[in-house]
Amino acid sequence: MNILLYLIPLALGLGLAGLLAFLWSLHSHQFDDLEGAGWRAISDDDLDTKQ
Amino acid sequence: MTHIRDLSSFVQHPAGGNAVMDLVVDGVKCGGCIGAIERGLAKESSIRSARVNLANKRLRVEWDDTFLKPDEILQKLEAIGYPAFPFANNDSVSREAVEERFLLRCLGVAAFGMMNIMLLSVSVWSGHDTNMSPEVRDFFHWISALIALPVVAYSGRPFFRSALKAIRSGAMNMDVPITLGVLLAVLMSVVETWQHAENAYFDSAVMLLLFLLAGRLLDQQMRRRTRDVANNLQAMQADTACKLLPDGQVRELPVADIRIGDLVLVRPGDRVPVDGKVEYGASEVDQSLVTGETVYAAVASGAQVYAGSINVSNTLHVRVTAEGAGTLLGEIKQLLRNALEQRSSYVALADKAARLYAPLVHATALLSFLGWVLAGAGWQTSLITAITVLIITCPCALGLAVPAVQVVASGAMFRASVIMNGGDTLERLAGVDHIVFDKTGTLTLPDGRLANRGELDEPTLQLAGTLAAASKHPLARAVATAAQAKTPAAVREFPGRGVEAVIAGVPARLGSAEFCDAVDAFAAAARRYPEASLIGLRHGSLVKVFAVEQALRSDAAEVVAEFRRLGFGVEIISGDREATVRSIALQLGDIPFRSAAKPAEKIARLHALKAAGHRVLMVGDGLNDAPALAAADVSLSPITAAHLAQAHADAVFLGSSLTPVLKAVLIARKARRLMLQNLWFSVIYNFIAVPLAIAGLATPLIAAAAMSGSSVAVTLNSLRARSVRNAGHGAGPSATALSPGAAALSPGAAALSQRAAP
Repeated sequence: MNILLYLIPLALGLGLAGLLAFLWSLHSHQFDDLEGAGWRAISDDDLDTKQ
Repeated sequence: MTHIRDLSSFVQHPAGGNAVMDLVVDGVKCGGCIGAIERGLAKESSIRSARVNLANKRLRVEWDDTFLKPDEILQKLEAIGYPAFPFANNDSVSREAVEERFLLRCLGVAAFGMMNIMLLSVSVWSGHDTNMSPEVRDFFHWISALIALPVVAYSGRPFFRSALKAIRSGAMNMDVPITLGVLLAVLMSVVETWQHAENAYFDSAVMLLLFLLAGRLLDQQMRRRTRDVANNLQAMQADTACKLLPDGQVRELPVADIRIGDLVLVRPGDRVPVDGKVEYGASEVDQSLVTGETVYAAVASGAQVYAGSINVSNTLHVRVTAEGAGTLLGEIKQLLRNALEQRSSYVALADKAARLYAPLVHATALLSFLGWVLAGAGWQTSLITAITVLIITCPCALGLAVPAVQVVASGAMFRASVIMNGGDTLERLAGVDHIVFDKTGTLTLPDGRLANRGELDEPTLQLAGTLAAASKHPLARAVATAAQAKTPAAVREFPGRGVEAVIAGVPARLGSAEFCDAVDAFAAAARRYPEASLIGLRHGSLVKVFAVEQALRSDAAEVVAEFRRLGFGVEIISGDREATVRSIALQLGDIPFRSAAKPAEKIARLHALKAAGHRVLMVGDGLNDAPALAAADVSLSPITAAHLAQAHADAVFLGSSLTPVLKAVLIARKARRLMLQNLWFSVIYNFIAVPLAIAGLATPLIAAAAMSGSSVAVTLNSLRARSVRNAGHGAGPSATALSPGAAALSPGAAALSQRAAP
C-alpha cells in the first residue's frame, strides 16, 4: 500500500495545479469575454506582419 | 455658433495618467469587427490600448487625453463604421462582475474538492466489497476531511452569508436548510471518521455545494446579461441635450449633467430632453409619447414642454424648470409613487417553496431522531439517522429547479426580442389573464404611415420624397419613408412652414396648406381622412395632399386575435381622441376601448380589473402610461418608450412587430409550467429517498447517486423552455433569427437614428 503515499499526493497535486490555473486565468480577466476569446484565437491579424 | 460635444463625465482617470472610457459599440458581431476596431484605433499614437468585449458589445479605450478629446475617439469609430456611445460605468455594473467572479471562484474550488473527494469515496465504496482494511478507509476519510473542510469553508460562503442574513431578519429562505445540511454533513462526517465509522458524507456535502453553486452562477449570469443589454440600450439611447452657453456656444451634454435653470436648445426634429418652459421661439410639438395625443400641440414663449415630446417645426430655447406641482409631470410622479406603494409584493415561486419546504424537512429530521430514540436505538445512532435525513433532503434539485428554467427562458426571451428587468418577471407574466394596451406607440408604430398612398402616382411621390428627405419634420419623414427617398434635394427651409427646392426649373414646395397654397385640397383631404395629419406638395400647378396616419404594427391584429383565441381579455386604454381609438379598436376586431383617458383613469381601470380578480398585463410606452405600468401586475414597454415608462416596465420589447408580447406571455407560461414540474419532481424524489434515510438505509453512495441524478434530471427538463410551440403566426422580421446580442443592439440603434441628433 506504499504506492498510496505517492499516488494520493500526486493526484491532489495535479488537481491543485488545475485549480490554480483556473484561479489565475480568472484573475487575469480571461473569463470576461468568452465569445471574443474564441474569435481572437482564429484571427489572422498576425499573418500580415510576416508578409 | 460653435457646437461642442462634452463627454468629460464619461471619462475616468485611474492612476497611471491615462484616461479611460467605456463605450457601447453598435454592430459588433464577430472576430472581424474586433480586429477592425482594435487595429483602427491602434493607428492613433495617443491611444494606449483598445479592447473590445464581444460578449457585452463594449469597448474600453485607454488613451492620453492631452492630445485627443473623447469626442474625437467617437468620430474615429464612426469613420471605421462602428458608431459608439459613451457608457457610464457605474458602481452596480462592477459589483455584478465582482459577484460573478466570486461565484466562479467558489465553483472552481468546489469542483476541485468534489473531484478529489469522489476519487477517494469511490475507492472506499468499492473497498466495502473488496475487504479494504479499516486503516486505509480511515486514512481515506481523513484525507477527504482535509480537502472538504477548507473547500466547504471557502465555497459555502455565498449560502452561509445569505442564510445568516435571512435568520437575522427572521425570514426563511432556501439557503437556511442548505447551510444547515452542508454544515451538519461535514461535522457528522468528522465525528464519524474520528470514531472509525464505515461511512462519511464529505462527498455529499461538497457535491451539494457544487450543484447549488452552478445554479447560483447561472442565475447571476442571467441577471448580469439582461442588465448588460439593458444598460447598452440605455447608453445608446442616452439623450443628450444642447446647452446654450451665455456666450452663444452650444455644448452637447448628457441629460444627467443638465441643471435646473440651464437654457437648452431644441432643434426641429429633436426630442425635448428635459422638462421646461419655452423661453424663445414658437413651434409645434408632438406630445404623443407624453399624453398619447397624436395631434400636434402649438407652443410659444412661456409654454410648458415635457421631456419626450418631439419638436416639430421651429428651434426652441427651453429653460429647465424644476417639476412644478400641478403640471402634468408632477401629477404623473405623484400617481407613480402611489402606484408603487400599492404594488403587492410578489412572492417568487422558489421562496414559496422554501417557506413550505424548510420547516417540513426540519420537522421530519427531528421526528426521525425522536422516533429512533424512542425505539431504543441510542441517541448517537438516532442523531446520525436524523442528519442523514437532512443531507438527503437538502434541496439540491430544488435549488436548481427555478434558476435553471429562468436562464433557459430568458434566453428564449432574448431570441423573441424581449429583455426582462428581473427574474420574477417570468412568473408574473405567466399568471396574466387580461391584457391592456396603450394605443399610441404601442399598438401603432411610433412613426406615421402614408394613408393615401394608393391615390398617388409614383413620380409625384418621388418628387415629394426628395423634398421630404431634406426635412426632419415627422410628417416629411413619413413621406420620405413611403417614397424610399435617399438623396435629398437642395432645399431652402421655411421654418414652421415647409421646404422649397427648384426642380425642373419650377419651384416645388412641401409643407403646410398656406405654404403650398392648397387650402381647398387640404380641406377635402381632411374630410376623407379625419384622423390623419396632412402635408401638401405644390409643383407648378400640381397640388397633392399627403395624409399621414398612425400605422398599426404590422402584426397587431393577429397578435390580438391570438390572445383572444387563447382566452385572454384584451382592451385598449388610450389618452388619444375617441375617433382615432375607435377606428384602431375596430381594425383589431372590435375590442373594448377607453379613450381620452388621463393617467389616473388608466390606474382606476387597472384597479377595477384587479378587483374583479384579473391579473393584468399592461403594455404601454408613454410618460402618461408610467403610473399604469407600475400599477399593473406586470408590464411591457416597446424600446421606443419614454424613459420613465421603460424604467417602470418589467420587460422591454424590440422591433416594429407586436409578436414579442405574445411570445413573452407564452414563454413565461411554459417556463412556469416547467418550474412547477421541477419542483414536483424534487418532491417526488424526496418521497422516495426520505423513507430510506429515515429507515437508516441510506448510504453515502445512495445519497450521491440520488442527488446528482435528480439535479441532472431537473436541468434537462429546464432545457425544454428553449422553444415555444404556437408562438403566433405573424412572426415579424425582428422576432426571428436574431442573435440575442444583435437583436438587442440594432433596433436600439434604429430607435436612436429615428431621434436623429443634428
